[in-house]
Order: sequence, then structure tokens, then C-alpha cells
Amino acid sequence: MLGRTANNIYWMARYVERAENMARLLASTYHMSLLPASDRNGVRQWEAPIDIVGGRDDFLARHGEVTSANVIHFVALDPDNPNSIRSNIRRARDNARATRQDLTSEVWESLNQSYIDIENLSYPRIVDQGFPEIFDWVKERSHLFRGAIYGTMRRGQAFTFCRLGTFIERADNTARLLSVKWTLLTPNGTKPMAAEDYYRWGSLLRAFAAFKAYREVYSGIIEPRKVAELLVLRADMPRSLTACVSEVARILVNLRRDAPCTRLAEQMQARMRHSRIDSILRSDIRRYLNDFVVRNNELHGKIGHEFMMV
Amino acid sequence: MKLTIAHETHYRFEEPARHSIQYLRLTPRPDHAQLVRSWTVSTPGKLRSWTDGFGNLAHVSVQDGLHEEVAVLVRGEVETMDTTGVLPPHDGLPPLMFLRETRYTRLDDGIREFVAPIAERASDEGQVATLHNLMWAIRDRVAYQSGSTHVHGTAGEALTHGYGVCQDHAHLFIAGCRVLGLPARYVSGYLFSEGEEAGEVGAGVASHAWAEAYVEDLGWVSFDASNGVCATDAYVRLAVAMDYEGACPVRGIRRGGGLEEMTVRVQVLNE
Amino acid sequence: MNGDGGEVRRAYQAYCEWLRSVPPERLSEKHQQADILFRRLGITFAVHGDDDGVERLIPFDVVPRILDPDEWRTVSHGVSQRVRAINAFLDDIYHEQEILKAGRIPSTLVLNNPAFRPEALGLDVPRRVYVHVAGVDVVRVGPDEFYVLEDNCRVPSGVSYMMENRETMMRLFPDLFSQHRVAPVNHYPEVLLRTLRAVAPPGVSDPTIVVLTPGHFNSAYFEHAFLAREMGVELVEGQDLFVDDNTVFMRTTEGPQRVHVIYRRIDDDFIDPLAFNAYSTLGVPGLLSVARNGRVTLANAVGTGIADDKAVYAYVPDMIAFYLGEKPILNNVPTYALRNPDDCAYVLDHLEELVVKEVAGAGGYGMLVGPFSTAEQRSAFRTKILASPESFIAQPTLKLSTCPTLINGELVSRHVDLRPYVLTGETTTAVPGGLTRVALRDGSLVVNSSQGGGTKDTWVLEG
Repeated sequence: MLGRTANNIYWMARYVERAENMARLLASTYHMSLLPASDRNGVRQWEAPIDIVGGRDDFLARHGEVTSANVIHFVALDPDNPNSIRSNIRRARDNARATRQDLTSEVWESLNQSYIDIENLSYPRIVDQGFPEIFDWVKERSHLFRGAIYGTMRRGQAFTFCRLGTFIERADNTARLLSVKWTLLTPNGTKPMAAEDYYRWGSLLRAFAAFKAYREVYSGIIEPRKVAELLVLRADMPRSLTACVSEVARILVNLRRDAPCTRLAEQMQARMRHSRIDSILRSDIRRYLNDFVVRNNELHGKIGHEFMMV
Repeated sequence: MKLTIAHETHYRFEEPARHSIQYLRLTPRPDHAQLVRSWTVSTPGKLRSWTDGFGNLAHVSVQDGLHEEVAVLVRGEVETMDTTGVLPPHDGLPPLMFLRETRYTRLDDGIREFVAPIAERASDEGQVATLHNLMWAIRDRVAYQSGSTHVHGTAGEALTHGYGVCQDHAHLFIAGCRVLGLPARYVSGYLFSEGEEAGEVGAGVASHAWAEAYVEDLGWVSFDASNGVCATDAYVRLAVAMDYEGACPVRGIRRGGGLEEMTVRVQVLNE
Repeated sequence: MNGDGGEVRRAYQAYCEWLRSVPPERLSEKHQQADILFRRLGITFAVHGDDDGVERLIPFDVVPRILDPDEWRTVSHGVSQRVRAINAFLDDIYHEQEILKAGRIPSTLVLNNPAFRPEALGLDVPRRVYVHVAGVDVVRVGPDEFYVLEDNCRVPSGVSYMMENRETMMRLFPDLFSQHRVAPVNHYPEVLLRTLRAVAPPGVSDPTIVVLTPGHFNSAYFEHAFLAREMGVELVEGQDLFVDDNTVFMRTTEGPQRVHVIYRRIDDDFIDPLAFNAYSTLGVPGLLSVARNGRVTLANAVGTGIADDKAVYAYVPDMIAFYLGEKPILNNVPTYALRNPDDCAYVLDHLEELVVKEVAGAGGYGMLVGPFSTAEQRSAFRTKILASPESFIAQPTLKLSTCPTLINGELVSRHVDLRPYVLTGETTTAVPGGLTRVALRDGSLVVNSSQGGGTKDTWVLEG
């Protein structure tokens, strides 16, 4: 397979995954914002999505005040924001179109339909429908896309690079999201839990589709320490860092056992296997997460170098 | 003359480049006026030789992986003969091809007007004298000014500005020849000069360019409008083409690297 | 389809009988079905195109253009003969130039022509083949009398329509195909592959072949993708290839892989920014050096444009005589070169009878069709001609043959031409049939799709 084709497919999957995670972030922020909060805290909550997707100056220049409506508009639908959900879906579809012959028609059609739908979506429409509708819609389209890949693509290179893109992107998103939210939710360390806090940590778990899992794995009240363990170290949580890294390592070992990218993925996986959440928390989880993002990005670069000749 | 040539070109990039590739036309052509005793071209990358359509001995140099500079080193010895600037007509290149216009040698009204008085006297004076008239007219009209123009300048622009470098002189000469209906081509090469005291334009600068015009029954006659002379045994021919673009010593492209800075050192010594 | 006396020509007899048995509205139905089929096929091809994912389709007509075995024999021998002569001509002018020395073609016409590429001088190509793929535009003006309009020798396109048209017709009218013995066309990619393999660099027994496309924004992209897929080779863009160590490589997930033959659908100007247009990002830097060293084959070769130059065209019969010692099978349209003062004066006096073309024009633009022009258009062209006569040629208006065509539910006569595709590897062959283009406007002689032309399936009946 051409390196460019692999790269296109890989990024197609990354853009779709990114769109989904942004929808998750917005949904969770929206959910939390329904709680009574001080004005300052409310603004800070809505700053988080901008911090994560970037483009703060652009946002302030074109949308002005940080309000839920402006941020949702900017992050979800703004065609001029290169990192909006809409832009991500457009880029995913552009990439798919350029490698159309390597995808099944199911995969192409699901993505093309998502593109056509979101291009026809206006901000007044989503206000009208209620914001949660659009968040759910994005998640569903992403599930459909992944399902089409899983259910129709031959287990060849195209499939493999799709999966790689998905998990590299998901690992990055989980780490960034958790890092930003951690700062917001634990202003005074990990101590007392008010009802409000319970509600907020619950929303955070929902952003990772992990609320139910938390209840299954842990008993009792929601504790930040356990949330962190679930989302960082639990191998059986599909959106946790450990799960993503393990998946990437597994794919790379099958693809090329002795490549530098494979060795790095295996190192990352081994390090996580031996990590304990308490020591991570003691030495500052935000630094841990930021380091993870850097290393994950290094892995991305090595994959590109190894297979895509970029 | 026995000329010893050392020519170093260094490209330094603002940031590391990932891949660079260059066509080098830095090897003297085998012809009746020069005999190559020894010649080496070296670059840090992989170097392969090829011959372009004009019969120029070229190389292609490729450098892969991150690198911040490319150095092209040329060393050699050439024995030159004075042929009073004339080379035989048959060198495998059909002369009529060199009547073609290129981006650099496009005619405009300014050039036509400039050449008109020379063309008028052409039938009285004969071709060779007419070509000399053209060469001198260019030398008098377009002052040699080192570093005054960029490599993309055209013949028409040089005439309008009234100044230029050897490349501009050569292009203007070629364009002028087309007004006269004579095929002419661009030559890039080296020029040996005794130094400032010789009073030649471009003394001390040993990379040079000039032109050759085709005169029926005589052959290719060289004209160096910058110096107002025909080529002597102080000239070494590297490459010929329609214009600078086809004959230029180094033409390259790279991925990454940002801006570049080029330094050139050329030395031509007579034994 | 009718002969001079109005009788139905032999090739169409069986078809006409069938047509009489079909109610007219059924034909219209089929026409609509074809449109739907085409859009669907088109969409599977149209990975590019407009933002709605649907490309503009060239109108397709359901009535086939039919050639009997004798007619095809004439056409196929004729176009093959031209391509053989053109290949000999290209080999000659980029080497010894005997034909110029012999004075059979004016030297300036070739040498002082931008389509003559010094970059190709002295370049030895495998089997001395320069034009591996040609699309020769032919028109029929009388029984067994054919004229060649153009020999497209650069990067001729349209062959995917030839195959799609056939595919569609076989779906719509399976019964017709059982009644007629129509020569197949869908093995074209197989023949193309064989052709490309035959011209691999010396010593390479199992060459890696690629199709080089300018990318998915190019209007012929679907054809590039189609041919690559049908041949089972990679479809690459310039950025997928690189030159190192006297070799062209493609960047694959398995690392660099050597490429031996490039079927390039990019013009000369854009294939190597170090040798041609420096601003081109479509090509491969260094490609020319590898090609000149004989380590990669470009199909078609660099510099073939000189052979289909509108002024050089007039000399193809001379090439056939000079190189092959044969008589031309197909006629050349008499051509007036306006650079010639006598010709120019004649043309200016007869503008209402002639077709005047810009030498550098393509796609039916920059063209005056005298009999269908207004006084105003003629006077505008007169001004243009006087300003630069060398940029124009003129030809008599040919009485193109017509073919029944379904327009708004009715069968009417429309002018057609034919582009058979001629492949040259080990041998020169024309795949039976080709692309028939039809001028959909009543009386029009312009068949270009950009100017209101459509296409038809072309049937060559087997004897």
C-alpha cells in the first residue's frame, strides 16, 4: 500500500475519533453547566473546550464572550474553526474520498452521509433541537463509522491503519480531556465531596461512557482517585489510556515486530502495566497526563516515519 | 592554458531539510577548445551522472534524512585552446532549435528597437561583424553591475534597467540574435582572469555566462557581452542551453529547510 | 447510417430491424435507465467531483454507432499505420533527423516548435516506442472514406467512456448483443498492461508499473483510478514517488519500492520540476535523469507532443511514405498553414467555407466553423488571424457522417466522429471500437464534450 494512502486512512480515522471526543467533551461540559455554579466557575468550564481544541484568539475575535452558546457554536459547527467537529468530519471525508478505492462502500457512505448531514446543519437548528441532540448524533455517526470498518473491511492494511488512527487519537483525547477536567474538578486537592462534586464527576465519567463501568468495578461513592484509575490504568475500559496503548502495541507487533514505533509502544505499555494510581496522583497526575500526550505524539511520529514515509 | 579550478557551493538551511535533490551541470563539455585532464564533482549525498538533452554532462545529487546544509565541491584541471571563439557547427545540436523564444529571451518592442539600427547595417557588414556590433551595443547599453539582478530577470528587463550581470547580457544577446534571425544559445562556465588590473569586467569572479551565435559555414561563435570579447582560452564551457534555466550549474528542490543561504567560492588558476 | 441512395447501410440492417420492433417510448425508457446507471457507475468512480459527490456526466446516447468488419479493417489498419509512422518520426527527430535532412518536413516547423523537446534529444527508449497510447480522431465522409482529424499523442483520455458505454449497453440491451456479433472492448486494460510491461527498462522481467495522476481534482481522475484498478497497479501522485540512486521509488508502507514503468497522465511540462516547469508540484524531481539513463520508462515518452502538433499533422502522410514506404490508408484533411502568405490569403477569402483552428487550441475552443459562423464572428477571427497568422491553420469543412441519435424521445440524425485507441508495445494494435462522440446540437460539427457533445457505444461487427 502507498504510504500516502495509509496516511490518509489513518488520519480519516483520527478525525472521526476527534469529532466524537469533542462531542463527548461538549456534552459533559453542557451537563455540568446545568448545575448552579458561581459565574466565574461557569465561564471557566466553558473555557475548557476551547483550551483543548485550541484557537482561543480566533474564538475571542469572532465570537467574543465565553458563553455556552458561543462555545458550542465554535466547537461544534463553525466551518472557519479548523478544529470544529464540522471541520473534522469534512477532513475525514476528504481523506476518505482521496482513498475511496481502499474503503468499502459502507465505510465511504457512512462518512459521506455524516458530511452531507452536518453541512446542512445550521446553528439555529441545533438550538431548536436542543444541544444534546447534536452531541448524540455525532457519537452515533462515529459508532456507525467504526462499526462499518469493523464489520465490512478486510483485515488488511487499510483496516489496520484505520484502527491505529482511532486508538492513537483516542489516547491523546482521553489524556487531554482528563488533564483539563482534573484541574477544574479538584481545585483543592482530592478531598471533600459535596453533592455537586458527585454530580460533576458523574458527568465526567459519562463523557467517557464510563459511569456504568464505574458502578460495576467500584462500590460506594465516586472518588477522584478511582475515576483516575479507571480512565488511566484499567485495561478493560475501552477509552482508558492503558487500553488504547495496548491496542496500538498489539497492532504494531503484528504489523512489524522490530520497528522503532513498535518498541516505543511496548515500552509505554509496560510502563503503564507497572504503574499504580496512588503514585501517579502523588507526583501530580496532570504532569503524568501531559507527559503521556508528548510520548503518544512521539509514537505517532514514529508510525508515520515507519509506514507512511512522511 | 592549463587551468586548475576549485569551485565550492554551500547551501545552508534555516532549519533541517528532509530530502533534497539537485541537478548539477558542473562538468566541462568535451569540445574542440578544451580538454579535461581531471575532474571530480562531490556532494554529501548520493551522486549519479546523466547527460541532458543538450549533451551537457550532468549529475543528480540526492540527500536523504535530516540535513542542514549541502556542499557541492568541484575540482579539476582543464587544458584550453584559443580557437578565436569559434567551435565547429556540428555538435549534435540542431542550430535551428536555438531560434526559439524562452521566458528569459522573449522579444519586446524595446529589444526590437534596440537591435533595429544594427540589423539595418547587417547586410553590408556581414554576420560576424553584425554580431560584434550587437555585443558591443549591449556592453555599452547595459552596465555590468555585480549582484544587481536576480536569477529570474529577463533580457527585456535588463535592457529597460540599463544594468545587469553576465546572465542578463547573455540573454539579451540571444534575444538580439533572434531579431537578426540567427540561432543563439546560452553558455555557462568559468572565466580565468588575471585580476583587477586586467580591467576586465567581472575580474575575480570566475563563474561566468556568455552566449554563442550560429554563423552558417563557420560554426558557433562565442560572444561575451559583459567583457565585449569572444571567448579565448581563458574560458571553460560547462553547459549550453536555450537560456539560464537549462544551463544553470545547480538546480534543486527540497522538502523542508525553510530559507536558504548560499555561498560560492570559485578559484581558477593558470599553471 | 444511410448510404448515399438513402438505403440502410449493411452494418445497421439488423439493428434497424430490431429498432422497428421496439416501441419508441421503450427507447426513451432505456435512455433514462442509462442515465441512472451512469450516475450510479459514475458515483462509484466519482471519488472526486463536485461537493455533492455527483459529477457532471457526459451525455450518453443509447443508439450505438456501428461499423462493419470492412470499415473497421480500414480504420484500424489506418490508425495503426499512422502511429507506426509517428513512432518512427519521433525516434528520428530526437536522433538523426533524417526526415529533416531529406527536406520532407520543413526543419523550422519541427525545431522551432515549443512541442519539440530538447530534453528528449538523444534519449533511447525501449523498443523505440514513444507513443504507447494514442487516440486518433477519425471521421467518415463517404463509403470507406475516412479522414483523420487529429492524432492525440500526449495523454489521450476518454477510454474509460468506451468501456463504460459498452458496460451500460450490455445491461440495457442484452438481447441486442445476442443478435449481433460485437467485438469486445473490455479487455482494453489487459492490453494496456501488456503494452506497458513490454516497454520496461532492459533486463527487467517483472516490472512494477504505476499510473501517475495529477490527483483527484483532475477531471479525468476517475479514468486514472479506473485504469489502475483494472490493471491491478498502484495509482500514484507525484508526491508518492521519489528519485534516489538512479532509480524511481514509490513510498509504500513496506518502504521504498522500485518503479519501472510510469503510465503518466500528466503533461511534459509538469513531470519534473527540475527540468520543466519549476513550480509544478505534480511531478517527480529528478525523473528526467532516471528516464534518460534508461532506468524508468515513461509512457508516453517525453516530447511526443510534436507529433500531434496541428502544423506537423499535415506531414503525417509524408512520414508514412518516408519511414514505412507505404501509401496512407486514411486521408489527411487538407490543411492550410496560415504562416504561409498564399494559404493565408486564400483562407481569408474563404472564411465561410473553412474551419479555422488555433494551432495551440484544444477541446474545440479557439475554432471558427465557417458555414455555421456569423459575419461578426468571421470578422473577429479575421482580426485575430491578421495579428498572428502563424497561430492558425484552416481546413475545409468535412461532410461528417451522421448516426441516428435519440433527442427528446425522437430519433434524429447527428454528426459523429470516432476515437479508436492505438496501443504500441511489442506491436501496434487498435482495440476494436473506440469512443464515438456525437454533436448533440442539430447541424453542429463540434463533438467535444465541453461544447455540447455526447458519446455513444461503438460496435465493430465481427465478420
